[in-house]
Amino acid sequence: MSTTPAPPRKTNRIGLDVLPYRGGRTTLCAGCGHNSITERLIEAYYEMGVEPWRVAKMSGIGCSSKTPAYFLSQSHGFNAVHGRAPAVATGALLGNHTLQCVVISGDGDTASIGIGQFMHMLRRNVPLTYIIENNGVYGLTKGQFSATADVGSKLKTGIVNEMHPIDCCLMGIELGATLVARSFSGDKRQLSAILKAAIAHNGLSVIDVISPCVTFNDHVGSTKSYAWMKDHEEPLHELDFVPGFSEIEVELEEGESRVVVLHDGSRVLLHKLEHDYDPTNRFHAVEVLHEATRRQEVLTGIIYLDNKRANFTETLDMVDVPLATLPMERVRPTRQVLEQIIEEFR
Amino acid sequence: MHASPVAPSMSAEQSGPLPSEQRVVNDFSIQVGTVNGSGSQTANNVLMRSIFQMGVPVSGKNLFPSNIAGLPTWFTIRASKQGYIGRKKEIDFLVAMNPETAREDVMSLAPGTAAVYDAPLNLNELRDDIHFYPVPFDKLVAPVCPEAKLRKLVRNMIYDGVVAHLLGIDLEEMRKALYKQFGEKKKKAAELNWGAVLAGRDYAEKNLVKTDPYWVEPMDKTAGKLILDGNTAAALGCLFAGVTVLTWYPITPSSSLAEALISYLGRFRHDEETKKATYAVVQAEDELASIGMAIGAGWAGARSMTCTSGPGVSLMSEFIGLAYFAEIPVVVVDVQRVGPSTGLPTRTMQGDILNNALLSHGDTHHPVLFPSSPEECFTMAQEAFDLAEQFQTPVFMNMDLDLGMNNWMSEAFPYPEKPLVRGKVLDAEALRQLGGFARYKDVDGDGIPYRTLPGTNHAAAAYFTRGTGHNEKAGYSEREDDWIHNMDRLNRKFENMRTQVPAPDVHYMEGARVGLVCCGTSRYAVRESRDQLSRERGMNPSWLRLRAYPFSKELEEFIDRHERVYVVDQNRDAQLLMLMRMEMTPERIGKLRSVRYYGGLPLDARTVTDEIVRQEGL
Ligand SMILES: Cc1ncc(C[n+]2csc(CCOP(=O)(O)OP(=O)(O)O)c2C)c(N)n1
Ligand code: SF4
Repeated sequence: MSTTPAPPRKTNRIGLDVLPYRGGRTTLCAGCGHNSITERLIEAYYEMGVEPWRVAKMSGIGCSSKTPAYFLSQSHGFNAVHGRAPAVATGALLGNHTLQCVVISGDGDTASIGIGQFMHMLRRNVPLTYIIENNGVYGLTKGQFSATADVGSKLKTGIVNEMHPIDCCLMGIELGATLVARSFSGDKRQLSAILKAAIAHNGLSVIDVISPCVTFNDHVGSTKSYAWMKDHEEPLHELDFVPGFSEIEVELEEGESRVVVLHDGSRVLLHKLEHDYDPTNRFHAVEVLHEATRRQEVLTGIIYLDNKRANFTETLDMVDVPLATLPMERVRPTRQVLEQIIEEFR
Repeated sequence: MHASPVAPSMSAEQSGPLPSEQRVVNDFSIQVGTVNGSGSQTANNVLMRSIFQMGVPVSGKNLFPSNIAGLPTWFTIRASKQGYIGRKKEIDFLVAMNPETAREDVMSLAPGTAAVYDAPLNLNELRDDIHFYPVPFDKLVAPVCPEAKLRKLVRNMIYDGVVAHLLGIDLEEMRKALYKQFGEKKKKAAELNWGAVLAGRDYAEKNLVKTDPYWVEPMDKTAGKLILDGNTAAALGCLFAGVTVLTWYPITPSSSLAEALISYLGRFRHDEETKKATYAVVQAEDELASIGMAIGAGWAGARSMTCTSGPGVSLMSEFIGLAYFAEIPVVVVDVQRVGPSTGLPTRTMQGDILNNALLSHGDTHHPVLFPSSPEECFTMAQEAFDLAEQFQTPVFMNMDLDLGMNNWMSEAFPYPEKPLVRGKVLDAEALRQLGGFARYKDVDGDGIPYRTLPGTNHAAAAYFTRGTGHNEKAGYSEREDDWIHNMDRLNRKFENMRTQVPAPDVHYMEGARVGLVCCGTSRYAVRESRDQLSRERGMNPSWLRLRAYPFSKELEEFIDRHERVYVVDQNRDAQLLMLMRMEMTPERIGKLRSVRYYGGLPLDARTVTDEIVRQEGL
């Protein structure tokens, strides 16, 4: 028998290797942007050292919504009905507000059938990470336009979209999400930093990720293709994420970077592209988004951040332990209470 | 347009006022016609309560329009020494306060009825076979209520005084009822209103000569009993079931259930030390969201519920199918109103029976509980949560507007002795011992699998919940054998509920060849109709009241022991009968007959009796 010890496996700060952060084998098309997002999610959760069992992965229906099956195999996942993951996720957080919740959705799922729930989730600032894998089409039903398709964008069949697109980031900022970002599935470094910031953020993070559908929307004439994104992506800033648990090693150069501190002490370092971009300025955030659209640019980065607003479960002022685990003595009032109530009807 | 819903009774033969020596004691109905929003509810409740406090069984039914103020509304109080608390169609004593409907209300009365009315309406000119009692309400209210803007409300209290005098209601009981109604905090308002009652009483004493035969006399049939509506009772049931998450969207007639529950949760469900809530309530943006949230919470392990009515249930269809298939506990209380579509939003019907039982596409079915009284609303709400968690499935509690929003005389509620049933949940410790688990495996042969809750700290705890095909390990599967295996197990689980859901309430009569079957609030009409059939036609039917679906073997036995069985439905399509037919042998189906009523008012005994007499050819 060999006596050479196995090389020590690489582990994260809670001593886990990457395996529990991985999931089942993907059944999506090779080259689908959604797969890259999955990879970034695996990295982000691993690097942040999140305990897998504390995460609840939710989704709606669509190729995108299959994503939760492909990461964090030791987390509970829930593939709900089309467009309604926000409600299920909200409910899960009512039952157990200590869960770390992530919702993976598509642009059809979010901006069409699910837009009502999406908006009300924003309004409530439900503490979860909401990722929109945005490809401008319905992948799973074979390539119809979704509500985020740009005016003039063409389907493979030649049909041209005449309808104005819904910008989920604008809605996020307008209606109450407290971290709003846009990214591109092909931008590893930026997406990773944003995902980690979202995990650290104690409120609703909406991340609209342009994620090309290689099968139905990656041709000339599409505005959600790899080629288009290469030419039109305009990062707002370069991002670095420094988790709260590690020493800050990066030296910040005055005037070159902006530091945003998140709830758990993590920091996002915004390196200057746009001069002095302030993500906490809501009006400016809206303005730069509109401006980018006008210039046919896809603005990426953390566009808006509000660290102050209380999140939904905080406003409900629930007991510290999850409602799901309360024993009978704490949820069934006493005999005396029943007597007292009954007396009111005698 | 606003015709009184009261059909004229053809039975009375008198053509002039009756002499008063022939007393009818504790057996009549009073109808008060008022304008919506005029505060008549308080006056009506006080009147009903004072009769109740005299020991006489009563029921109160509010017939109100789908608007906030200004349209006609009728409140009917039935006093019944026999204890019949279902609706009685015939009106014996009218209080006509609404000028808009007063004439029609009076024209629809049977001869011999008594009618108190607002003197300037001159209703006495309409007929001479009614006992008329004119009262100048405006003149009486002015001196007792100096503040003009309160007069509209206080005016109604005057008829309480008049009626109390005419019927012989103990004034002290009325005073008690009134002060109870207003509560400790509104002593001033109570005094003002009590003044109006006395003004009515004084006027009646001095100016009215009683000619009608109706009297209230003290009895002893209400001791210890309560008066409350079914929605409040159901809310209390949920409270004592230990509900932790309520998500809802307003809809008549279920809103008052949610509102009552919210107020009880606020009063009684805060941690003693930290004052933090041991519950969460969300008023969702629509019913899709409310059921979605309830399902998410049930999945996470909370005792979660939503309440709604027909249109809301329709919206919940897709999600309910998911909860059935993914096996997630959730309680849905459906307080039925009249459909299809927006229908008659403030009228009653048992029109969602089939939809509750079969909601969603594909092969789906759900347990449905049929409470029929406030007491059952209380106990069954608890059973609903227990069943949902025991069987990991949506459970419907099928109420109706009559039960939910009307006032009922009820037994006091028993404190729940049974501990909460939390079902087959494996925690980290159990997983350590077992080494793991397969989410959808039928370990115990009862069709019920084990589950883990998200947040369980064990590597094997996680599983994936989905509405698509899955195997025993919750893995995605489109295999034929996995699908069939799973669907068969779900069916086995459902079959197992037959003995676990509340058993029917069965009454066999000796020698009975005919049986009556009903559920929910039809109970009262059916019970009274049975007595009518026996008294009037010498027929002595047995009766069975279903308390849940899936049906148990008692129902089959009941059908076997009778030649004909009438199934009473409060809907056009005989939904209860249809549900029974789905499961029965042709032989049993051959014995079933249908009695249906679908006019939107609470079912009354006479309707049932007349239909059975017609079909029996008696
Ligand atoms: C109620 C309902 N309607 C329609 C569908 C069919 N459907 C499945 S996926 C989908 C679109 C998904 O598109 P998107 O969210 O953009 O995700 P993608 O597949 O592009 O990743 C539709 C319409 C459904 N599953 N449920
Ligand atoms: S169809 Fe499009 S969205 Fe779906 S998996 Fe393939 S590439 Fe991805």
